[in-house]
Amino acid sequence: MPDKPILSFIDFKLNFDTFDGVYQAIDGISFDLNPGESLGIVGETGCGKSVTAKSIMGLLPSPPAEVAGGGIWFDGRNLLKEKSSTLKSIRGNEISMIFQDPMTYLNPVFTIGKQIVDVILAHQKRGNHGRSLTSKQAFQYGMELLDKVHLPNPRRQMKSYPHELSGGMRQRVLIAMALSGQPKLLIADEPTTALDVTIQAQILELISELREQLNLSVIMITHDLGVVATVCDRVLVMYAGQIVEDASIKQLFNNPSHPYTRGLLQAVPDPAKPNKKLKGIPGALPNLLNPPIGCRFQTRCSSASEKCTRMPALNKIRTNQKVACWNVGTT
Amino acid sequence: MGRFIIKRLFLMAFMLIGLLAITFVISHIAPTDPAALAAGPDADTEMIERYRLEYGLDQPVYVQFGNYLTRLMNGNWGTSILTTRAVADDLLLYFPNTFELVVFSIGIAILLGIPLGVTAAVLQNTWADHTIRILTVSGVAMPMFWLGLMTQLYFALYLGWFPLGGRMNMMTDPPDPITNLLIVDSILRGEFGTTAEALTHIVLPAVALCFPALASIIRVNRAEMLETLKQDYIINAMAHGISMVRIVSVYALKNAMLPTMAMIGLRFGWMLGGTVLVETVFDWPGIGLYAVQATISSDFEPIMGATIVLGGFFMFTNLIIDLVYAWLDPRIRGQI
Amino acid sequence: MVGSTNQRTNLATVMLIQDSNADHVSESFADRHASTYRTLRLYARTFRRNTSAMFGLAIVVVFLVVAAIGPWIVPFPEDATGAVHLDIKLQPPDSTHWFGTDEVGNDIFTRVVLGTRTTLQIACIVTGVAMLIGVPLGMIAGLVGGWVQEAIMRVTDVFLSVPGLVLAIAIVGALGPGIVNAMLALSLVWWPGYVRLVQAKTLALKNEIYVQAAYSIGASKLRIVFIHILPNCTSPIIVKASMDMGMAILGAASLGFLGLGAQPPFPEWGAMISIARTYLPDWWWYSFFPGLAISLTVLGFNLLGDGLRDILDPKHRD
Repeated sequence: MPDKPILSFIDFKLNFDTFDGVYQAIDGISFDLNPGESLGIVGETGCGKSVTAKSIMGLLPSPPAEVAGGGIWFDGRNLLKEKSSTLKSIRGNEISMIFQDPMTYLNPVFTIGKQIVDVILAHQKRGNHGRSLTSKQAFQYGMELLDKVHLPNPRRQMKSYPHELSGGMRQRVLIAMALSGQPKLLIADEPTTALDVTIQAQILELISELREQLNLSVIMITHDLGVVATVCDRVLVMYAGQIVEDASIKQLFNNPSHPYTRGLLQAVPDPAKPNKKLKGIPGALPNLLNPPIGCRFQTRCSSASEKCTRMPALNKIRTNQKVACWNVGTT
Repeated sequence: MGRFIIKRLFLMAFMLIGLLAITFVISHIAPTDPAALAAGPDADTEMIERYRLEYGLDQPVYVQFGNYLTRLMNGNWGTSILTTRAVADDLLLYFPNTFELVVFSIGIAILLGIPLGVTAAVLQNTWADHTIRILTVSGVAMPMFWLGLMTQLYFALYLGWFPLGGRMNMMTDPPDPITNLLIVDSILRGEFGTTAEALTHIVLPAVALCFPALASIIRVNRAEMLETLKQDYIINAMAHGISMVRIVSVYALKNAMLPTMAMIGLRFGWMLGGTVLVETVFDWPGIGLYAVQATISSDFEPIMGATIVLGGFFMFTNLIIDLVYAWLDPRIRGQI
Repeated sequence: MVGSTNQRTNLATVMLIQDSNADHVSESFADRHASTYRTLRLYARTFRRNTSAMFGLAIVVVFLVVAAIGPWIVPFPEDATGAVHLDIKLQPPDSTHWFGTDEVGNDIFTRVVLGTRTTLQIACIVTGVAMLIGVPLGMIAGLVGGWVQEAIMRVTDVFLSVPGLVLAIAIVGALGPGIVNAMLALSLVWWPGYVRLVQAKTLALKNEIYVQAAYSIGASKLRIVFIHILPNCTSPIIVKASMDMGMAILGAASLGFLGLGAQPPFPEWGAMISIARTYLPDWWWYSFFPGLAISLTVLGFNLLGDGLRDILDPKHRD
């Protein structure tokens, strides 16, 4: 391993304490993210990928969210143990996040400019960039940021309200905000799901470009394997709060090993074979209030057997590929 | 913006005509003969007939309505049997007192209601929230006149902190009128003793009057704050490390203020209706008391005059609230 | 993020399905109405969990019972019909006269209890009449559209733009004071709220796909009104009616207090306070207890309305 990882999850567990019982949203996930690396997290709705991202930012309301064990290490600090003031200075300054629906993540009653300037000023107050901007300079810097995300006519956009902008433009504004604190890690939670296909490509391109320019590490959360193929170096496949496969892009698409990963890939249409019948994965996510004992995918897995009632570990099967399945590696 | 105001003013003019139509209809459903009413209680048949001709009461209804409008436009709002003066003069005399009372009262409701609503939302399900909830729930349930009586009993008679009622002490000379608003005039004339006296008189009625509105404002503001604090743009602001104080007091509050403004507009109507009760309890020389005394003595023209003035005032405040609403919400501002 | 409320509701539904599975073995009626039962049971569950709503319901039930059996349980029934016992006038509360006596020696407890019936009657009639006027008008406005809607809604707007109590006083002023006229006046200022509510709801429902589908397969307008529109309007109407009961009680008491509603010696809370205020501060109990009765009933209806809104209008659930 060339560098020390910038972010490490070590056996992280998170529960939601609901009225009906304890909902085990994340059940012991571990992974490392290297500086400059772009990591995709994929899985279907409810598998815990967004919760993973939000735990890094400490954005989950508690109650009901409750950390049940493990740690999240960022740059040598355990994020779960830090004071809330330290967390605030990390948020936006060192780790930034962009979200799924750009329509709802901008405050409708303030101008873009006011919101960006606010974010910039909040960052420099907490951050250690050694700069002290006046609000005029912050406004200037805001325009530079809008320019950097290729938003046309930044001066005018600074004065407009969110409802006057298209979805793609708003996502650019949110990315500009995310960059304002010069973060080392950018978490993108389904950043293109709510956008038109053509706009999606532009935003992904922008993220790749910025990543190279600013040497950002990126965590890209998505259910779209196409997005992963465009921007990521490595992928985590999550199922029901666990990581079932951790592989480089190349391995994932060439040698998908976990039955769930294979299922996901089979559910993606291939433009080369338009007549191929798509296969879905039968069944639904297990109820995490009372998950099945052992492998959580066993209820939907065609090759499930007796040994699947014990929990499989995430084992390395080749270079750049780890899988949690009893039937992989042994056969 | 200019077009919006003009449009709203037109609408208001239409509503005012509607209001006058209502008062006109009401005066015609009265079982008593309007001519007899107009002629006064001591009139004989011949006098009544003369009045009927003079006021055009023998003509078709729409002509009568036209006459009614013209008459009101010319400032002839009839005569009060009770005060034996022109109703228009009486209304001009009493309206400033009512105006002062409701403005003071809605001021209290807004200045207390919004911080309390925000507090209850931020401290949701703590003892502070529960205390505030008890306040709001009982606030809407207590009859205003009874609350007025009980505050009189405790704060005026038992503790003696405030006077029992009235606009000011009998002995005090009011300042020379400039705006006819006692508090404003006394400040402008530099008679600060009178200002203090006027303020002590206004506190109890204003509090009794504002209570239901205060309760509603707290309730709506709390609910809207809770809703707003769950919004994605708040999560985004938090993700950027913007301070919680700023998020609550600027980012969330401005959004939550929109529905709260609508509620304030609605409750202002309660308040104007409540003046008839509170002014009766506190012997406040305003339009409400005037209307009640007129109603009790079947003095018809003052009731209609008071209805028109209070209704018109309500319409006017709603116009202002619409403007504030548009000013707060860029999405509406963009459309007008 | 996991919405715990959602989770809860879903699970509740699941459990209810299991429940109804258990007892639909034999009954065909229960079978046919299984989904209605399920919904009702879900409502009951949600309502029972809501402490303040249960409290409100309890208050309302107590006052309803008191209104029903009042004349048979009061200690001095003749005190409501103008009896005079000057020898025991204005006595403070004691074991015989729980709430004390008034200026002619009538037992205030008796009069408060008997006033319950008057008050609830007025509130029911006012709310009922307002609904009878408002609901059809709102539905016509929403369904017919065009100039009919314009006319109805503009008249409604004008009524809503006058403070209700002021307008009610103006009407009583024209008709003359009295309990019937007061009720009439309150009903006449109360209906516009229902027009607005029902019209908005009807407009929204009209564009629902299932209503459009019913139109497209040629269902008659009347059928659409009674099968699709009216049942879907009932929840908001019930919630509003419950809240309005409280407001109507306050309105009636206010008119009584101003001397424009019920006339003494008729036992009505507002009218009692109207006389009692002249006996303040020394005989405080005279105005205190009727006022407390008003506050409690209104509180009951408000809490009940809140609870009903919580179960019938899920969007407003906390």
